[in-house]
Amino acid sequence: MMELEQKSASPTFFKKHQESFYKSLEDKHTTLEFEDSDDPLNSRMVLNMGPSHPATHGVLRLLLQLNGETIEKAKLDLGYLHRGVEKIAENKTYQEFMPYTDRMDYLSPYSNNVALCLAVEKLADVEVPERAQYIRMIGAELARISAHLLWLGTMVMDSGAISFFIWTFREREKIYDIMDQLAGHRFTVSHARIGGVANDITDDAMALIKEFVQTFPKELKGFHSMLDRNRIFVDRNVDVGVVSTEKAIDLGATGPILRGSGYAYDIRRFEPYLKYDEMDFEIPTRLEGDNLARYYVRMEEMHESIRILRQCLDRLPKGPIRANDAKQAYPSKDEVYYSMEGMIHDFMMTDTGICPPEGAEVYHAVEAPKGELGYFIQSDGTGHPWRLKVNAPSFRNLQVLEHSLEGASISDTVLIIGSIDPVMGEADK
Amino acid sequence: MGLESALGEGFITTRVDDLVGWARANSTWPMPMGLACCAIEMMAFAGPRYDASRFGSEVMRFSPRQSDLLIVAGWCSYKMSHAVRRIWDQMPDPKWCIAMGACASTGGMHRCYGVVQGIDNFLPVDAYISGCPPRPDALLNALMTIQEKVKTEHSVLLDA
Amino acid sequence: MSNQKLHNDVYSDILAFVEYERGVTHPISVYRSTSDLTLVVPRDLLIETLTKLKEEHHFIYLVDIVGTDRFVEGDRFEILYNLIDLKQGRRLVVKTLANEDTPIVPSASAIWTNASWHEREIFDMYGVHFTEHPDLRRVYLPEDFEYYPLRKEFPLLGIPGSIDLPTSTPDQEASS
Repeated sequence: MMELEQKSASPTFFKKHQESFYKSLEDKHTTLEFEDSDDPLNSRMVLNMGPSHPATHGVLRLLLQLNGETIEKAKLDLGYLHRGVEKIAENKTYQEFMPYTDRMDYLSPYSNNVALCLAVEKLADVEVPERAQYIRMIGAELARISAHLLWLGTMVMDSGAISFFIWTFREREKIYDIMDQLAGHRFTVSHARIGGVANDITDDAMALIKEFVQTFPKELKGFHSMLDRNRIFVDRNVDVGVVSTEKAIDLGATGPILRGSGYAYDIRRFEPYLKYDEMDFEIPTRLEGDNLARYYVRMEEMHESIRILRQCLDRLPKGPIRANDAKQAYPSKDEVYYSMEGMIHDFMMTDTGICPPEGAEVYHAVEAPKGELGYFIQSDGTGHPWRLKVNAPSFRNLQVLEHSLEGASISDTVLIIGSIDPVMGEADK
Repeated sequence: MGLESALGEGFITTRVDDLVGWARANSTWPMPMGLACCAIEMMAFAGPRYDASRFGSEVMRFSPRQSDLLIVAGWCSYKMSHAVRRIWDQMPDPKWCIAMGACASTGGMHRCYGVVQGIDNFLPVDAYISGCPPRPDALLNALMTIQEKVKTEHSVLLDA
Repeated sequence: MSNQKLHNDVYSDILAFVEYERGVTHPISVYRSTSDLTLVVPRDLLIETLTKLKEEHHFIYLVDIVGTDRFVEGDRFEILYNLIDLKQGRRLVVKTLANEDTPIVPSASAIWTNASWHEREIFDMYGVHFTEHPDLRRVYLPEDFEYYPLRKEFPLLGIPGSIDLPTSTPDQEASS
């Protein structure tokens, strides 16, 4: 729904909000004048886009001030999915909050689970067995591929090719099958546990992962051959939405946006977590900073993820999958069903949960598919966090969007949003 | 039966209501109100494996004026609720609504200040789907429920 | 223990800077909770310190600004700036406090452009005002909402009637 709205038409809901939003377009250089008598064509106008628009990848609302076809100024309105997860977190135990992280960046739930677990484990000083760390890495890299596939499908759809979406979804369904076998749900998995993971990889899941690692590079090659030299795709994306390196750093861009602008900032190398310091992989970087650069960065990241997956499968050690300490992690289900202590510990973990030391603060970040996903936690010594702040990469990248839209053409808006790849569930918290 | 034998081959007789119901039920074009995680499952529902076009619903219309079925997928915040209601008002009659997932049906796990505790607070809902998020199979099931409902409605006689 | 020493080496120039400032009567305190060094800076020195950190110590990348509610009288709100030095690959947290009665903190958006949205988020959630902010509006909730939800006294389920639901009678303008 792309609709024109004039200031003279009084808004029907949230009057104060709409007025201040329109007012924010104005500054000392710009004033909103809708009946411009000097301009016979009346070519200056304000375009409302969203919150329900097929290309905004959710419920983003943009207010664009146009001069002809050029965007003079852009303002974003977030919060159409705001539910207050940070407030919820203060009323939940750390483990209870896990399902909410799935629903933050719902394209790659596994990365979010891992991010929360790692932050809490760092805060409460929990040792995680090696096998669990490898399983987490496998899950996180699969989630990265799955998120990038959705980006690929929707972005290529934005530039005009609908069938591509069907092909990437065929591959995504394979990852969903793996997650189904591994964790018991298609995508909101909640598979990681504080101190380990919920269950070991089953033989079925292992077979599916191995098959996926074998077949996916061929599919990826097919995607490459379809797009790399595709005149329409390249012409629509090259030199569109350019963000220079300095601007990207100043605007706090993260993930593929920053790497596409020429800075190789990847948390997996910057502050290695899990076993990423033992892995052999590259950080794909491009210098151009346009849509096409981001396309190449994400495509190459999928290659690198497959490389990491292969190494993980080769090195996957045997051993326990959860910390064997009743104060820090849930006991295994066998213990819960067949021993009194196990049951008591399970009850205590559910009721009180893990209690980090009072006054401790932690910030831990992981490299989620969208960029640096960090959890800041302040503990007050109880099982509930005193303050839990999610540093969402989409929120930061959307701020880059607001600045990079200025000067772009109206027809490129959809593509630029597509290449920024925001997830509103995460940006809106 | 008697009439058909009188008319000869190539004719069938039916009630107008049944014919209209049959046509409507098999061409319900959804307006995908994809808000959150459920939207991804809704895409899978339209995607290759679950293939909603078997039920005549593959034409996702992002324009409310061209659609018959509003699928609200995901939690609906107070801020968004006004936009959802406006889209519902813009859809032409007859129209149906599916509340997909626990959040849209009751608020679900998001029991907090930002989320409307069930979209039935401001929308008439025809089918609720449980699950967080529901599998695409469940959405297909809800679509079939709506189809059953459409087929049994007395639309023409009452409209006249 | 070696870890601690390593960190002090990495942060030696920051500690020297803090020592120097302390000599000039500037009371900056330092602590470290889990891994990242945290500087506690008084409000009136905030912008000066942040500018120095950016220009002299290469903290050019602002990751996040966190607001917290300590729920105590007096200096109730904490604002934490999470900075990264891209040259040496280290993280630093700068913390400042805001008063309950007059929650006003100078804005850092002139130093890092992306501070703007993070400060808007804190304004939305806690009602902390940032002076000289270019566009201080609520980022998530509508302007018509009067409360600050992440303050500890705000109930999880919200205040009934504080935010409108649409009417359930059809909108004549839209449906015609």
